Parts: sequence; C-alpha cells; structure tokens
Amino acid sequence: MRRSPKETEDSARQVHRRSLLLGGAMTAMFAVLGARMRYLSVEQGDQFKLLAEENRISIRLLPPTRGLIQDRNGKLLAGNEQNYRVVITREDAGDVNAVLSKLAHVIPLTEDDLERATKEVKRNSPFAPITVADRVTWEDLSKVALNAPSLPGVSPEVGLSRVYPRDVDFAHILGYVGPVSEKDLAGIEAPDPLLTIPKFQIGKIGVERWMEDTLRGRAGTKRIEVNAVGRVMRELERQEGTPGADIRLTINADVQNFVQARLGDEAASAVVMDVQTGDIIAIVSAPSFDPNLFVRGISHADYNQLTENDHRPLANKTVQGLYPPGSTFKMITALAGLKEGVIAVDKHESCPGYLEVADRRFHCWKRSGHGKVNLERALSESCDVFFYEIAQKVGIDKIAEMGRRLGLGVRHDIPMSAIAEGIMPNKAWKSERHKAEWRIGDTINASIGQGYVLTSPLQLAVMTARIATGREIKPRLVHAIDGKVVPIEDQESLGIDAIALSKVRAGMYSVINAERGTAKSSRIVDEALKWAGKTGTSQVRNISAAERARGVIANEQLPWDRRDHALFVGFAPYDNPRYAVSVVVEHGGGGSTAAAPIARDVILSALSEGLPPLSAYPSSQRNRIASMLEKLPLRDADGALPSPSRS
Amino acid sequence: MSFLEYRVKFVPSGLRKVLYMNWPLVVLVTAVSAVGFLTLYSIAGGRMEVWAGRQMKVFGLGAAIMFFIAFVPIWFWRNMSLLAYLVSIILLLIVEFFGTIGMGAQRWIEFGGFRLQPSELMKVTLVMMLAAYYDWLDVRKVSNPLWVAVPVILTLIPTVLVLMQPNLGTALIILMIGGAVMLLAGVSWWYFAAVLLIVVGAVTSVFTTRGTDWQFLHDYQYRRIDTFLDPTADPLGAGYNIIQAQIALGSGGWNGKGFMQGTQSRLNFLPEKETDFIFTTLGEEFGFVGVFSLLILYGLILVFCFVSALQNKDRFSTLLILGIAVNFFLYLAINLSMVMGLAPVVGVPLPFLSYGGSAMLVLLIAFGLIQSAHIHRPR
Repeated sequence: MRRSPKETEDSARQVHRRSLLLGGAMTAMFAVLGARMRYLSVEQGDQFKLLAEENRISIRLLPPTRGLIQDRNGKLLAGNEQNYRVVITREDAGDVNAVLSKLAHVIPLTEDDLERATKEVKRNSPFAPITVADRVTWEDLSKVALNAPSLPGVSPEVGLSRVYPRDVDFAHILGYVGPVSEKDLAGIEAPDPLLTIPKFQIGKIGVERWMEDTLRGRAGTKRIEVNAVGRVMRELERQEGTPGADIRLTINADVQNFVQARLGDEAASAVVMDVQTGDIIAIVSAPSFDPNLFVRGISHADYNQLTENDHRPLANKTVQGLYPPGSTFKMITALAGLKEGVIAVDKHESCPGYLEVADRRFHCWKRSGHGKVNLERALSESCDVFFYEIAQKVGIDKIAEMGRRLGLGVRHDIPMSAIAEGIMPNKAWKSERHKAEWRIGDTINASIGQGYVLTSPLQLAVMTARIATGREIKPRLVHAIDGKVVPIEDQESLGIDAIALSKVRAGMYSVINAERGTAKSSRIVDEALKWAGKTGTSQVRNISAAERARGVIANEQLPWDRRDHALFVGFAPYDNPRYAVSVVVEHGGGGSTAAAPIARDVILSALSEGLPPLSAYPSSQRNRIASMLEKLPLRDADGALPSPSRS
Repeated sequence: MSFLEYRVKFVPSGLRKVLYMNWPLVVLVTAVSAVGFLTLYSIAGGRMEVWAGRQMKVFGLGAAIMFFIAFVPIWFWRNMSLLAYLVSIILLLIVEFFGTIGMGAQRWIEFGGFRLQPSELMKVTLVMMLAAYYDWLDVRKVSNPLWVAVPVILTLIPTVLVLMQPNLGTALIILMIGGAVMLLAGVSWWYFAAVLLIVVGAVTSVFTTRGTDWQFLHDYQYRRIDTFLDPTADPLGAGYNIIQAQIALGSGGWNGKGFMQGTQSRLNFLPEKETDFIFTTLGEEFGFVGVFSLLILYGLILVFCFVSALQNKDRFSTLLILGIAVNFFLYLAINLSMVMGLAPVVGVPLPFLSYGGSAMLVLLIAFGLIQSAHIHRPR
C-alpha cells in the first residue's frame, strides 16, 4: 500500500502535536514530584529527621545497685549477692527443645521450668535471652560452662539479687523486696521508669519499702541503636546510674540477735531504746520468718505455714500489735494525778481490796487489799485501788492528755510497716467511736491500763524513755544515710514537774528493788546497772463476779490464747538512764514472771552490747541464767547461726 | 509500510553503527544504573555481594543485549512485532497456570538462572505490536470504530491476564501504555473522553459497592487505598511502609545524611528497601539535591527519547520510541508518587535503580529497540 506524501506528513504532524502534549503532561508530573520532594525534605525535613532518630535510638535503663542496709556498727543486714542464671537464645540454639532436654541432663530442671522456658522462647524475639534456671549454684553453672560446646545458645549470666544475711532477726524491721506489681504502680503518680523493667525489685514492706527512694538509686541509661525488629546493633553512649544510698540503722545487730533468740518461739515482742537519743537498739517481734524466702519467691507450703501459725510470725507485733498496757499504764495515771494535785507525793490511801464506784465494785488484784499505801508502794506492789481513787478524781480527759504527752495513742513515725496508732481514749473518743457516753467505770478500767486503752510495745518503750528523761524522746531507726548522720530531732521538755517524775521513777525502782516489789526476782545486783521498771498483766477476758466468787482460774489452767498478756517496761541504769525497754509476751501469764526476766536480759544485753554479764544477776540465779544463755542459738561475728550439732 | 518507501540514502552498516548510536541516551542510562549500584552497595552496608554485584552483572548482560538489538535493523524488529506479542501472551498464560507466586502476587518463571516476569516483557511487546499496527493501518482509518476496536482488544488481553495474577499496578500500566500509543497514533479525542467518563463512573461504583457482596476489588486492595488516603491510621500495619518511606525521604533534608549514613534503610526500618523503595535510601543519603539530580537524569532520558522519536520519519519508529518513553515515564512516575505518598502502594520498580533482573533486562531491551530505530532511521 502506498501512501501519499501529504498523508504521511499530516500524520507525522499529528504525532508531533500529541507527543508534545504528552511531553507537557510529563513535565507537569515532574514538577509535582519535585515540589513534593522539596516539601518532604526541605520544609518538613527537620521533623522527619527527628522521627528517624526516634526510630533508630532506643534508650535502655541500667538498673542501679540497691543501697546496703547496715546496723549501727556497720554490720551488713541487707546486701546484694551475685546470682547466676542460665539463659537460652533461640537464634543461637537452633532446635530449642533438643538443647533444653540436653540441658536438663546437665543441671536439675523441673518439667515446669522446661515448659515455661519453651513457651517464653516462642513468644519472644529470636535474639532475646530467656531465663531457663534462676539462682543456679556455682557447681551447676560450671557444669553448664563445661558443656557449652554441646549446648548452643545456652549461656550463664550474672545478676544481683537482694539477700538478708541475718534473715529472721531483721525480717520485721527490713521487710523484703519483690517484683513491682500493678498495685505498686497504681499508687505512684509519675513512676520511675525503672519500675517498668520486668521483674525489677522494690521494697514491699519495712525499711526496704519506706526507704525505697533512698535505697533504689537512680537509673543509668545506655543509648543503643536498634533496627526495625528491635535487635541491638551497637551501643552509642552509656551513662552509669547512681547506686542507692547505704543506710545505717540505729539497731545493734548483736543485741537484736540476742533478743530474737531470747524471745524464741514465744509470741512476744521487745523494744530497746536509747533514752537520750531515741535510737532503737533492738526491736524484735517473735516468732519471725526468713525474708529471703520472699525474695526468692515463697512456696505455697511455706507461706501457708506462716499464715496458719497462731503465733502470727508475719505480724510485726512491736509496732502493729496493740495490747492493753495493764499496770504499766499506772505511771500515766500517777503523773496525771500529781500534775492535777489530787494526790500529794507522800499521802497514803487505804486499799481494802476493792473500790465501790457507782454501785459497782472494782477489785484490786490482791483481794485482801494492800492496807495503807503511798505512791511508791502503790507502784511497787501494783495496788489497783490507789489508782482507781486518782482516776476518779482526775477524770479520763486529764489521764488521756498525760498518756498522749508520754507517747501513747500517738503514731511514732519510723520507717516500718503497719505502725498502729493505738487508742488513748477520752470522752470525745468514746462518743464518736461507740456513740455512747463515757462512764466512770471506763475511767476506773483505763486507770490501770484496761478497758479501751490499747498500746503497742513501741509506744510503751517511748513512754518509759520519756518518764526516764522527762523529755519528749522520739524513736529513731535510721542512724545515717550514705555516711551522713541523720540529725536527732529536738527533744523538748515534757513540762512535767521534776519532783513528780522522780517520785514515779522511785516507785518504778521499788518495783524491782523493794522487798515486796512485784518484779523483785528480776533485779540487777551490779550497783552501776541497777534498774527500775513496772510489771503489767493485762486480761484478755472478762472475769465475771461468779468466777471471782469461785476463785479466779490460774493462767496455767487456761488455754494458751485465753491467758493474760505479760508486760514489762523498764529503764537502766536507774541513776543515769541509758536504755528503756518494753516487753510484751502474748498470753504469757503474769508480767512479773513472764515479761520481767526477759526485759532484764534484754536491757543487760543492750548495756553490754552483746551477752548480758552474769555478774549482774543475783548469785542465786546465775547458774540457771548461765545454762539458759548457753542454749540460745546466737550468731557468730559473720552473722551465721550455729550448726545444729553444736547446740 | 516498508522502509524502502523512503529513499534511504544511507544506512550505516557493520561496526560503523556504533558511531550512529544515540550516545547521550547510553550514557544517561549507564549513569542512572550506576546510581543504582551505589545505592544498593550502601543499603547492603558497604557490601558488593548482596545486591550491587548481581545488579551489575544483570546490567552487563542487558547492555550486551541492548547493543545486539540496536545493531539489528529496525524493520526486522517491526516484522517480529506480532510474533513477540504472541510469545508474550503465551508466556503470560504459562505463568498463569505454572508460574511461581511470591512477593505480593508477582508471577515469574525460572529462566536460565534468573526469574523472568512476562508482565514486564509484555509492556514492551505491546508497544511494538501497537506501533506496528498503526504503521500498517491507513491513516484515514485510525478513528474508525472497527479499527479502534483492534488495538483496544490487543491491549485488553494482556491487561486482563495480568490483572488475574493479580497485579493491579502492572495491569494499569499496560492499559495506560496502550491508551498512550493510541493517543499518539491519532485516535479521535472523543474515544478518550468517553473512556474517561466510563472510568469516572467505574471508580464511583467501585467505592459505592464497597462492603456489599458484589464489590469490585479485593478487600486488601480497598485497604491499600484506605492506607494511601490516611497512612497514619494504621502506623504499624499497612501504613508502616508509607510512613517509614516518608521519614527516610524527609530526614535526608537538603543534602542528605551522606553516603552510607542512612539509618532508616541500613537498620531495616524501610520495607523493600532494595526494590520498590530504593528511592527512599537515595533521598535519605543524598537529600533533596541528590533526588533532584536523579529527576534531571530521568528527565534528560525522556527528552532524548522524544527528540529521537520526533526526528524519526518512520511511523513505526516514532510510535515505538514514544511508547517506550511513556512506559519508562509511567514506571518512574508511579514509583515516585507511591514512595512520596502521592499514590497508593503498588508494586512498581524504579527504572534502572530497583534491584531485580526482569525489569532491568526488559528496560535495556526496550532501549535497544530505541537505539535500533535511531541508527536505522530514514535519512
């Protein structure tokens, strides 16, 4: 087919026209692309640069080393020990199951361990190390290292974990650490990013909890470059954190150990305070438990054993336990009476064995009565009627005011958990709490530390320290933080007449040293260490008139949990007080028989900063005391308990 | 129409053809490919063996094929057009039934050590076919409905086959190439206006039927469109590619982070960084300046193609070169729009830069044809 030149030229021209049109469209598209690129890289460039950096850089936290806790002499109470774990990495292991079953032949692994590890390995990135076994012994770890060639992807790792070398002695003071829980985070407004680290350990109770911020330290950071799936490519920068500050407590570990051993398996508590500074030398709740169990993850069996024990080892009885103070409260009533002038220091009252008030008869513990008694004798022989008389005249509000002044019914702020406020009742309290009017009988009961009055062993120790010094002594548990001594708070005078105080102290001296004193058998013969105190026996049941008529059942014949609580408070030396002590033995029977001997051992231990010196005891008791001390399971200098064969 | 209709005074022969090649085009193509090698080298973290080395080998092979095709007279290729078209269709049918599926439904056949995607080849053979058709057709019949129907069918057959793979992006490109050649050949505007009307209607119905039982597209195709319209709605899912690509491009700033300094691509934040998204690495490392220079290189390639086409008095050659240029333009315009977030993500490589044998070889074959047309043009 031939084509005319004109046609050919026409069609060529048409192609030219249309191709130029197309070329124009292409140019427009190029312009759009160029403009878009300019927008992205020039106008928005800075923002995208930021985004690219964010993509690339990941900040990882370096957990700081937790601060140590020491006793006042620097003995280690809570430390960090290296623990070894065995981890597996999927991408290096290849066949994870095969490697794990091989590993199970090398070190002991339970079915649970294997199952959990397999699950975790599947869930995580191939390069993430998964813990197979935690707290591996050094021997097992060396076995793993030795078998390394046949265990691809398995490697040993070292971490730090909390350890309490003096386990039971300090369980109630220090508490323990545990992994952060949802509940922990809920209470904090802006949580430290450290808390988001999986399995990061924080203080759960006790000093570990209340001093958490001091102990934790500040996290370090490392900036790392990561790729899109989170694999770490390299470390760019590292900033070490600040380790937590070390804390030195006011506790003397040796005294604490002695007291813990002395209380043994009794449901009992004891507090020893320095009356000048308020330093708590020992604060012991028995029975105790091993906090290390909680750090490692306590088993159900162990936990049930602790919660089902009727002696309540988990309860911190020294601050949390509330007891009617019984006769140990009589100093308060006496001081209130002296202050209000209702009794003169040497005036005698007569005790017929009971007091009739508002048609009710209130008995003295001694049915036959004490006859004519003055303040000193009333304290020394613990005459109830004498204090009934005072209370009747002074009224509960004045007594309560004095009680508060001496530290009862007041929350003492030390870094321990579950500190109870106790109850120092007055009229307003009863009408609010029980919607009932205060009765004179309530006052009578309160005057001897029964009825509504509830105090903790710590409060009783504070009370005793304040009586011993006349100053507002405040308990102190933290001696120094990071080497810097925590200043002692100002101790203002209580504003109680010095003569009144000295009379009450003299009464307390007679309790122990007078011929008919209730705690005569717990006296100290060493002249320099002579001491003063007060027994208390608080009822945990009501004694009905009918029972009283039949004759009160002796404590020994009652079931354990119906027996009276035995209490004792005291200070030593009498002439120049240094330490105050309070002891409560739950359902221990009488204060003079169950609590006073313990209190004497405890305060002697504090005075000698260790074992009580035998020379301080009356010679007739020395043999018995010596064999008792011999049997106590005390720790050696390193904090280790004696092996069973030796004891 | 035979070449002999022109009084061909002079046709270079033998090795002298080398002197008559369109050398600026050869240089530009090599330059763009070299940019590709550099980028691939950088993405691999400074290693040749991962991508760059292989890409260079493919380029070498392709360049040899290009020279071979260039030296064969253009009339031979014109006479081969129908055969080439038919072979491509058969290859498409083969992969439809026996091919390997992978990487978002692209289909290929193993062919002497590398993978051949017939859909890539189809783009070039369709241009050849249509150019030959309009060369043969009487100019006066171009807008005749009967003679318009033939190229429409020639275009629709491969379009449907590719769509069935399913590969929406390539199908659309084939459709547009067909349309472009028809437009250049002089088909009346009315047809295009009608098609445009139908397309608008179709798009409307595609969207209005969404969610009903008779919806036109796959769910994933709808999702891609959604993602395109608002990539931030699903930043870790479907929108991830687009967002990361823009972060890479934008973070390059004015002159980029420097060669081998791109963090986005080296750290694997970029998806398909060596293939469809290779441009992002370029943008990240060389910034606006680098990207703009590449656009100029691409623009120059198109300009030289157009100049060569319009110089050429042979209708087949003109349409062939322009069709290939349109094809080339569509590749880069769609790829760049997609990477810059102006178009939905469709699997289209960046010509001469993206790693991949098929696209590179087919492009070099196409430029071989352009060279052949240039060398053997009527003078």
